[in-house]
Amino acid sequence: MAGIGGADTTQKKVGWGLLNAVVVAYALFPVLWILSLSLKSSKTLADGNLIPREISFENYSNIFATTEFIRALANSIGIAIIATVVAVVFGTMAAYAIARLDFPGKNLLVGVSLLIAMFPQVSLVSPLFEIERGLGIFDTWPGLILPYITFALPLAIYTLSAFFREIPWELEKAAKMDGATPGQAFRRVIAPLAAPGVFTTAILVFIFCWNDFLFAISLTSTEQSRTVPAALSFFTGSSQFEDPAGSISAAAVVITIPIILFVLFFQRRIVAGLTSGAVKG
Amino acid sequence: MSQSTTEKPEVATEPVAAKKKVVLSEGKRAERKLGWWLCAPAAITMVAVTGWPIIYSIWLSLQRYDLKFPDRTEFIGFDNYVTVLASPYWWNAVWVTAVLTVISVAIELVLGMGLALIMHRALVGRGLVRTTSLIPYGIVTIVAGFSWRFAWTPGTGYLAELAGGEPVLTEKLPALMVVILAEVWKTTPFMALLLMAGLALVPDDLLKAAAMDGAGPWQRFVKVTLPIMKPAILVALLFRTLDAFRIFDNLFVLTAGSQGTSSVSMLTYNNLIKGLNLGIGSTMSVLIFLMVAAIAFIFIKLFGTAAPGSDDGGKR
Repeated sequence: MAGIGGADTTQKKVGWGLLNAVVVAYALFPVLWILSLSLKSSKTLADGNLIPREISFENYSNIFATTEFIRALANSIGIAIIATVVAVVFGTMAAYAIARLDFPGKNLLVGVSLLIAMFPQVSLVSPLFEIERGLGIFDTWPGLILPYITFALPLAIYTLSAFFREIPWELEKAAKMDGATPGQAFRRVIAPLAAPGVFTTAILVFIFCWNDFLFAISLTSTEQSRTVPAALSFFTGSSQFEDPAGSISAAAVVITIPIILFVLFFQRRIVAGLTSGAVKG
Repeated sequence: MSQSTTEKPEVATEPVAAKKKVVLSEGKRAERKLGWWLCAPAAITMVAVTGWPIIYSIWLSLQRYDLKFPDRTEFIGFDNYVTVLASPYWWNAVWVTAVLTVISVAIELVLGMGLALIMHRALVGRGLVRTTSLIPYGIVTIVAGFSWRFAWTPGTGYLAELAGGEPVLTEKLPALMVVILAEVWKTTPFMALLLMAGLALVPDDLLKAAAMDGAGPWQRFVKVTLPIMKPAILVALLFRTLDAFRIFDNLFVLTAGSQGTSSVSMLTYNNLIKGLNLGIGSTMSVLIFLMVAAIAFIFIKLFGTAAPGSDDGGKR
């Protein structure tokens, strides 16, 4: 609130700078700590030092030498990408209809997706566990992709319909008046306007799928489809007597990298996407 | 901010639909059809993956069904509910979950408001603050959980020193405090973003006018900013409360529910996946579902929280 009516004095700037530093430290500290742990060698792992005395990539070479981690990484990437693509395609179709078309049942769909967004996921774990065993998709990719799509859809529908409502659809008409075919009008005018929204939604949905732990640990039982978050909790050291903290930290850092990259490159979009659905309510 | 549309969506559409039936043009009918076709894949997936399992879990909850003793499976009515509701473990978990939810959401609201003000008003480095504060939101909860666990592990971690080398995660209250810390760290930025969106709705002119009339910064915040932000605050609280109530990931990593720190989700998971007792697990699932529905109902009815997106259809 300090900004109102005040001059941008140096003192104020320093004050803000300090506040910013506090926020940055708050946000980064646990991340930097696990990075530091992952760079310690097995000898110095338990020394309790905040900053490693010497940097060692031992933990990274250890995890990449096991099929356990590589398999989990492949599962994580594959499952998250497939679920994201399907959820965004379905979500785009539904959001377009919600934003642009008039049809009975629209409010019902919005209501149902809201219900699902608030749904306690653990309530689905018991029936899905049993149903998926019956269908033979327990511990397979589809067994995780299906619940991910379902819980990502409300997020996708909200974010996308908020974006679609902002698009000046008259431009489409204008383009047609100027002689563009419907296909051209869509490709040249609408698609470029809609693309940022779709892209933002894809990032948010991917983060959601990438982060899930409850389904990943409940609906898988072997390396075959275990994602990294689930696999982490089964990590043991390379020998029985070794503390797995090093391997866990290294694996944790590896799966944090895509998130950091998304945040660094698409900060503005992620903020817009996260808040779009909420304010309009 | 009408809440009537969320409650009974079909009521809102029916009169409109009935009126239109008389004068439904070719184009209108085509539009409806297209609307249904476009929504079908999303609607079918959501209903198939949630609707059917929910009904199935109600059915499972009425049976004795333990995968360790599959031949003893039989319909037992509400016996599972009696067992669960008479269990001290269940009530302890309900209590732990409620305490974790209330305390962490309260802290998040205060910190999130502070962070939102910083992100909204910062004269310098606004982009930097927004970028870095997204990291806790985006990071995998399990990763953050391990980071906190190692930090509090005596010998390995830097925070364990603060506790005088005591293993904090092996005692109920200190462990719960660490869990709250981990939750607050992870979700405050999300809260702040939702609140910042509400802050953007507060007109600067109004604040300037209040300042002219002699209102100090605190008065302006309480008398002008907060009332305008009320809807945004309630939506943020609703989202976070329901989300906090499902707490699982951090607990799993930090305590695995030992020393009576199980949340309801943790207890359900333990009964289901570890104990392989589908009947009891499903009973707990149904009870959690009912509790979440009650929380949502209270927010929407008592506080008049507009569910996000609820008035989408009404406006168009």
